[in-house]
Parts: sequence; structure tokens; C-alpha cells
Amino acid sequence: MSVSARSAAAEERSVNSSTMGQQKNLEGYVGFANLPNQVYRKSVKRGFEFTLMVVGESGLGKSTLINSLFLTDLYSPEYPGPSHRIKKTVQVEQSKVLIKEGGVQLLLTIVDTPGFGDAVDNSNCWQPVIDYIDSKFEDYLNAESRVNRRQMPDNRVQCCLYFIAPSGHGLKPLDIEFMKRLHEKVNIIPLIAKADTLTPEECQQFKKQIMKEIQEHKIKIYEFPETDDEEENKLVKKIKDRLPLAVVGSNTIIEVNGKRVRGRQYPWGVAEVENGEHCDFTILRNMLIRTHMQDLKDVTNNVHYENYRSRKLAAVTYNGVDNNKNKGQLTKSPLAQMEEERREHVAKMKKMEMEMEQVFEMKVKEKVQKLKDSEAENLGKEQEEREDLLNPLLTTSYVLVANMPAWTSVFVGSV
Amino acid sequence: MSKGQSGLGKSTLVNTLFKSQVSRKASSWNREEKIPKTVEIKAIGHVIEEGGVKMKLTVIDTPGFGDQINNENCWEPIEKYINEQYEKFLKEEVNIARKKRIPDTRVHCCLYFISPTGHSLRPLDLEFMRHLSKVVNIIPVIAKADTMTLEEKSEFKQRVRKELEVNGIEFYPQKEFDEDLEDKTENDKIRQESMPFAVVGSDKEYQVNGKRVLGRKTPWGIIEVENLNHCEFALLRDFVIRTHLQDLKEVTHNIHYETYRAKRLNDNGGLPPGEGLLGTVLPPVPATPCPTAE
Repeated sequence: MSVSARSAAAEERSVNSSTMGQQKNLEGYVGFANLPNQVYRKSVKRGFEFTLMVVGESGLGKSTLINSLFLTDLYSPEYPGPSHRIKKTVQVEQSKVLIKEGGVQLLLTIVDTPGFGDAVDNSNCWQPVIDYIDSKFEDYLNAESRVNRRQMPDNRVQCCLYFIAPSGHGLKPLDIEFMKRLHEKVNIIPLIAKADTLTPEECQQFKKQIMKEIQEHKIKIYEFPETDDEEENKLVKKIKDRLPLAVVGSNTIIEVNGKRVRGRQYPWGVAEVENGEHCDFTILRNMLIRTHMQDLKDVTNNVHYENYRSRKLAAVTYNGVDNNKNKGQLTKSPLAQMEEERREHVAKMKKMEMEMEQVFEMKVKEKVQKLKDSEAENLGKEQEEREDLLNPLLTTSYVLVANMPAWTSVFVGSV
Repeated sequence: MSKGQSGLGKSTLVNTLFKSQVSRKASSWNREEKIPKTVEIKAIGHVIEEGGVKMKLTVIDTPGFGDQINNENCWEPIEKYINEQYEKFLKEEVNIARKKRIPDTRVHCCLYFISPTGHSLRPLDLEFMRHLSKVVNIIPVIAKADTMTLEEKSEFKQRVRKELEVNGIEFYPQKEFDEDLEDKTENDKIRQESMPFAVVGSDKEYQVNGKRVLGRKTPWGIIEVENLNHCEFALLRDFVIRTHLQDLKEVTHNIHYETYRAKRLNDNGGLPPGEGLLGTVLPPVPATPCPTAE
């Protein structure tokens, strides 16, 4: 290119530097169209992670639904049902499982909340859940603020499936309270559990009532993103019309008209899990796993996590005093941070050293003791052997000595 | 009286039981009404007639039971209501100038609706039944039984029966009140096998095999309310109305009411003055319960 053209181009570029840049037409095949493939290969190698939380009263079919969604027995039938573990307080339990499909690995973490809503007095039963979610955010925040952040495990809850009991009337006060407190922290997807209790008309009415109450209380459930694609938008709109999704879970296979389907067998018919007219399970599965999993993770990262982070940091800088549990890892300068990390590292090493020394000493003691024992044993054995050898000698020598006078007399006699 | 959390189909079931709109369905509530903050007690009276026999039926509903976040003592308003009815009857009975037919507003039977979780009874259910089995006849009923398959249903029933036994909750028909052997065997059979009844209620009719039946229509089949293979509604109806209705009233009058009366009189050493009572001589208790059917 001639000098003038280059400078003109530079001018253009500087003018457009604030915008995205001019769209230029390429005159040949450059090859960065291969970029998605590279990303694909890298992601597949790295594997994916997803954390899913299920909340709801016991007996609503949460475990069955998870098993149906992922087609594995994450909760085996021997898993103690809630009847065996009615607890006084709500627990938060997590279980990890690694599933593979088509060469793609998914590390799935399921967070369960047994005991939620089961007691007679359910005030603050949402507190353990909130604490759990916050603690995961805090872990990630600390990991992000470290100087050395090669490994950042992501345990943040990316999606919360909230199970609504199919009463047919509306949301219970407990449902509303829970969702109000958690809609700013996690993506909430409300589901109507055991939807085979409701006829289609009852279901419609129930859904309408629920959506009305959700809007009334200004609860922000997970919103499906609008895309530029017309086709996709139509699909998204269809999903939005059917919120909240009414699901039925089952892993038992039943024969219906010669086909093998998953469903529940009643005397009056079979409720099929994967039949779109019977329940919204397929929609949920497609949405959660096939199309919107990445979006859920993005929203968690960009919206919920950022909210948490800004609130946390704003609180610290406002007060000027460190009032968070981790002593100001976020406010020190990198050098001080490095110093501290080094100190931490050294302290850890020292501790390990001490521990090893202790173990070493213990082992030495044991060995010494063993040696002593075996020595004593050997001594004992030797003694015995010696005695065994000596005894006959001794006895013979005694005999000889005892008979000495006799011999001497004989000797003398013969001399 | 029908008890249980909202959305369990109580009103629908009562309508189905008496084959007429004797209970205002919650869907006809004004939707703007919030769930009441305290347990309310709504009593609606009807007069129904069949084959020349008239019956005054009072259905007492308890919206708001078990719906709050904190449900402690939600049974207290109900216990109070039941005792109030006993008190009213007692006052009338003890009057000097008694009416010929004392209006009987006592609760003869309480249908307790258990949520079909499939696992076990909730702590709330146990607490409630424990408190109220002493003052009223409780009949536990498993609501919305179309949620469960046959195996789940029988398992759940067994578990519920066991839990009730373990917790010492005597539901109607109580074992101790069986008078003769015939009654005992019959009631035993009902207690061991059918109770608690797993019911489905509906007031809509559909055509099945040329007949019009009450049922629920789902995309995978029609659940017939009166078909014994589908649910036990017919058993419950026969039990409550056709065979044990009089017995329910008698047990209420002879046992629950007498217990209340004895406790009351012992506590006070007699009724407060102004009731027209001279000394401690009490008028004899009538041998037969005051008929409520007129």
C-alpha cells in the first residue's frame, strides 16, 4: 500500500477507534472462521461444570425429576427418602457426579435442601439456603482476588429449581417469601411438581394465578433472553407462555401402544413423561440442558455474582474497616498481597514440616520399640538356645565333677 | 367439618359426597382475597332431602389451616370452635325450661385431608390429629389420590396407618368403642384395610362407555370417582353416610360430649349461677340423642 493510502486508512481507523471498527470485506479466505472449532475443542477438553439447586417440600418428586432429567440414578432408590430424615432444621447437601455424553464431560453438582418447609414452624427456613449461596459467591470472590489464580473452581449455584405444590389455588406464603429473598441471588425457575394431579384446565388456571402473583410481588424469575433469530424467538415465546412449567418425573419404563416410554401407570391410563401434551418435562429438559445452560451460567456470572461483588466491596470501602470475615484480601495492594501469600505459604510449609517431623518421630519410636522387642525376643531365644546347649554340658560336667573323686581314686589306685 | 391445607380438594369432595353444591368452592372465592392470616371457620348450613328423609347438613370449612409459614397452634381456633359447640349444647341441656329439641350444632365428624406426598405424615398432621382425636371423631382421608399409582398408594396407606398407631392417635372408628363382636370385626376390617380412604373428588360429569359418570378428564384417561378400581370415594361415602352416620352422632353424643361435660362440671363444681341450677342436682341426660332430622 502506498504511504498516502496507509495514512488515510490510519486516519479512518483513529476516527472509528471509539466504535467497533468498520466492517471490512475480506478479499480471500483468511481462516479465522475456524475459531469456533478451536473454542469447541478447548471447551470439550476442559469439560463443563454446572451447579443445580432443587428446593421444595418433601414428597414433591424432586429426586425423581433429577433422575429423569439426567437419565441416571443420581438418587438411588435406596437413598433415604425424606421420611427417614425429617430434621429439625433445613440442611443443604451437595452431591457431585460426572456424566459423559458424546465425548463431552459434565461435572454436575446437585444441591438438595431436605427439611425445607416440612416443620410446623417454617420461619427462616430459607436462611440456610441463602447462607449457602452467599458462601459460594464469597469463595469465588476470594479465589478471584488472589494473586495466584491458576485454579478457580466454580461452585456457584447457577440455577435453582423451585417446586410448587400442585394445590391448584396459588402460591403459598412460604413460596412467596422464599422467592422474594432469592430472586436477586440466583436464577429461579419455578416448577409445578406432580403435574399429573391437575387436569389441563386446572393447570392453565393455576399457571395464570401463579404468574399473576409473581408479578404482583415483583419476583424476578429467570428470563429467557431474546435473540435476533425469528425462529428462536418464537420458541422462546412459546416457553414463556407455559411458565411455570408443569412437570412429571419418572424413570420407570412402560409399554404404550407398542412403544416403550417413561411414565406413571395408573388404572385409568399412563401419564407419559416425555409427551408434550401430558406435561412440560421435555420443554424443561430442552431449556435447561440443551439450549439455555450456558446462558444460565452467564447470567449467574454477569448479574448475580456482580451484584454480590459490588455489594460486598461497597460495604467494605464504605465502612473503611474490614468487617468481612476474610481479613481484607480485597483492599491490600498487590505487593502486600504477595507478601501475605508468601507468609501464608511459609506458614503452611512450616506446619507441614512439623507434622512430618511428628510422624517421623512416631515412626522412629515405633521402629525402636519393635527392635527392642525383637531384640528381647532374640535374647530370650539365644538364652534358651544357650541353655539348651549348656544344660547338657552342665549336667555332664556336673556328672564329671561329681565323679571326679571316684576317678581320682581309681587313678590313684592305678598309680 | 373438613380440615386440611388449602388446595387439597376439600370443597370439591364435600360437593361430590352430597351430590350437590353444598360447599362454596374456593375457586369461587374472590381471587383478590389473600390467604387468611389466621385460621377461619366458615359454617354453611343446608337442608337436603332424599326418599322422604330430610337432613340438616352443616359443612364447616377451615380455610387458612396450615397455610402460613409458622403454623404453630393453628389447631387452637378449631379446638375452641368444637368446644364452643359442646358448651352451647350443655347450656341448653342444663336449662330448667328446656326446649323439646335442643338444636345440635356439635361437630359429629371431622374429615382430615392428608396431602399425598407419598412419604409420610407431616409433623403438622400429627400434631393436629393428636390434639383433636380426643374431642371429635376424626376420619383421615388421603386427598387427591390420583397423584399416586397403585403401589405408591398402598405403601403410603400402610405407612400412614403405622405412624398413626405409633403416635397413639385413635381415629374413628375407635377400637375402644366397639360394642359387640359384629361391630368389632366389621370395624377392624375397615381399619386395617381401607382406612385412610384415598379419594378423588369431582363435580364434573363425563361420558364413559355410554354412561355418565363423575370424573376428572386428563389427557391420558378419565378418572372415575365412583369406580372402586380408581379410588375409594365410594367406600368413604358408604362409610360416612350409608352405614355409620348414626353411629358418628352417637359416639359424639355419648362419648365426646360426655367427656367434655364431665370435665366441665368437675372443673367448676357446677355451672355458674344464673343458669337456673338449684344445688348440684342435675337433670338426667336423655337416653337417645336429640334427633336433628326434623
